Amino acid sequence: MKNFFTNMKKSTKNHLITYAGIIVAYAIMQILCGTGVASNLIKGLLVPICVYSIVAIGLNLCVGILGELSLGHAGFMCIGAFTGALATKLLYDYIPSKILMFLIALVIGTFFAALFGFLIGIPVLRLKGDYLAIVTLAFGQIIINIINVLYIGKDEAGLHFAFSNPNAINMNEETGVWLINGAKGITKIPSISNFTIGVILLIVSLFIVYHLVDSRTGRAIMAIRDNRIAAESVGINITKYKMLAFTISAAIAGAGGVLYSHNLSTLTATTNNFGYNMSIMILVYVVLGGMGSFRGSIIATVILYMLPELLRGLSDYRMLFYAIILIGLMLFNWSPKAIVWRQKVLSLLPFGKKGEKGKVE
Amino acid sequence: MDFITHLINGISLGSVYAIIALGYTMVYGIAKMLNFAHGDVIMVGSYIIFLLMSNVGVPAIPAVIISIIVCTTLGIVIEKIAYKPLRRATSLAVLITAIGVSYFLQNSSLLLFGSDPKVFSSVVNLPSIKLANGMINISSTTIVTVVVCILIMIALTLFIKKTKAGQAMLAVSEDKDAASLMGINANATISLTFAIGSGLAAIAGALFCSAYPSLSPYTGAMPGIKAFTAAVFGGIGSIPGALLGGILLGVIEILGRAYISSQLSDAIVFAVLIIVLLVRPTGILGKKLHEKV
Repeated sequence: MKNFFTNMKKSTKNHLITYAGIIVAYAIMQILCGTGVASNLIKGLLVPICVYSIVAIGLNLCVGILGELSLGHAGFMCIGAFTGALATKLLYDYIPSKILMFLIALVIGTFFAALFGFLIGIPVLRLKGDYLAIVTLAFGQIIINIINVLYIGKDEAGLHFAFSNPNAINMNEETGVWLINGAKGITKIPSISNFTIGVILLIVSLFIVYHLVDSRTGRAIMAIRDNRIAAESVGINITKYKMLAFTISAAIAGAGGVLYSHNLSTLTATTNNFGYNMSIMILVYVVLGGMGSFRGSIIATVILYMLPELLRGLSDYRMLFYAIILIGLMLFNWSPKAIVWRQKVLSLLPFGKKGEKGKVE
Repeated sequence: MDFITHLINGISLGSVYAIIALGYTMVYGIAKMLNFAHGDVIMVGSYIIFLLMSNVGVPAIPAVIISIIVCTTLGIVIEKIAYKPLRRATSLAVLITAIGVSYFLQNSSLLLFGSDPKVFSSVVNLPSIKLANGMINISSTTIVTVVVCILIMIALTLFIKKTKAGQAMLAVSEDKDAASLMGINANATISLTFAIGSGLAAIAGALFCSAYPSLSPYTGAMPGIKAFTAAVFGGIGSIPGALLGGILLGVIEILGRAYISSQLSDAIVFAVLIIVLLVRPTGILGKKLHEKV
């Protein structure tokens, strides 16, 4: 019993360290921005870092805690981004407060991402391993493809929809406004997200996943990850918990998408910002940060997102270096020889061994 | 008549997917890893052919052969440096490494060859064939692609069935440790698989760029993803599955583009994939998985 409490305390302590780290980083960045030390380039990176950290947390819930590889989380981010931005475009004139507007967009974007996560999860979670990965990838591509042929316009008669043919929209040409204009996407989105909102959203997302993972539900989800058959035989409802984790994971990615879209004035869906390239990039953050470790996801996102910018001095060579660093990190992290070498070096150092595996930090 | 032309074009595109999918499927079968860099090997192979043909003036066939040799070597080197140290690591770690290799190949090509698309001249210079009083016009590239695909399939099946190295590949894909105990050099067999897969990628690159002649550092990515889809579609790890999956995917893509919507052709392909996987969770020709406690 005593052991139980010390363990509890440790995990709570761990969580508090993460929150404190974020707040300290936020304070430092605010001071740097206020005193004008941080360049505009760095300032421009702050909101995207929050966005990708949030999506990485969502993906980590799916990959690290649920143990299912998803290559389609950028698709959920896309749904959140588009539905959120659409809500803002429709309601911006009627809502007096920017914060309130963002909250409404957030709720709508997150809800739709969760809805799609749920709908996609029903068929997808029946599959296993790489099959699941490829189907999530396929869903991500379908979402982008459909958004690129979707046309929504608004005039005094109400909303007009068209699919794949913008001329069929039947909208009053003079007074009508395009809300989603096919591949041109959504334009002139009011810029209502900022670094502070991003950090708050990040902390809220962290709070949700930490509480989920520490709860009875979280333990059930991890039991499914570790041994599905054993979990089933002790009476855990596999489908229910898998769906729950997947839906929450999609919802968090959608929340990241809402933040993303309100940081841009023009939102388009391409393979680079919402396709498999993005899903893979976020997966890289999650895996390098350590699967199941949310703190690790955030740290990896910050470092890896800044890295190409910091390597800007190398101009054309920067992405090449990024690739080499990525391969090098993976080899250093996972190669048995490197692990043996690391343990040798660590045992020479005065302080103790590194943390245990599989713990949620 | 249009339908027949589209069908033939679809089979041709599908043949290219099938050749690429073979690389994915063989590597997956033997090393249990998704080689995300496979698509980029195609791009490297195509650049080599392009440079040899337009800058050095080498004729088509020798250029393709040199490209096959270079890609085979590249495949072995990638395997030795990036994947071999991770043999016992989790599959996700290897997946991320493969993504790193993919970035590496794309960006080194970007530096070496520039980002502007090159116009690839077809490696096939034969007259096109007209059937049914000129109503069906089939380009020579289309026919050569299909023929090459069939030849590769036959050769590969014979290789695996009749040679010792092929049997060793089967054994390693079945159970690596047991195969090692039987005296098979598992590492050499895995290297051989990568070599064959990358050599096939060079051929696929030549055929793909002959049909779609715009070549840039990102050319390999989309056919790579589609071929991977084709491999899963047919049942990953199965060689006939790669052929079937590739051809079905190509036909669906071309017919979807022609008759439903050109913008939605990718969505249609992926939607069919999802439906197939829901009915047969391990692909059309995939083995049924049995669960053990």
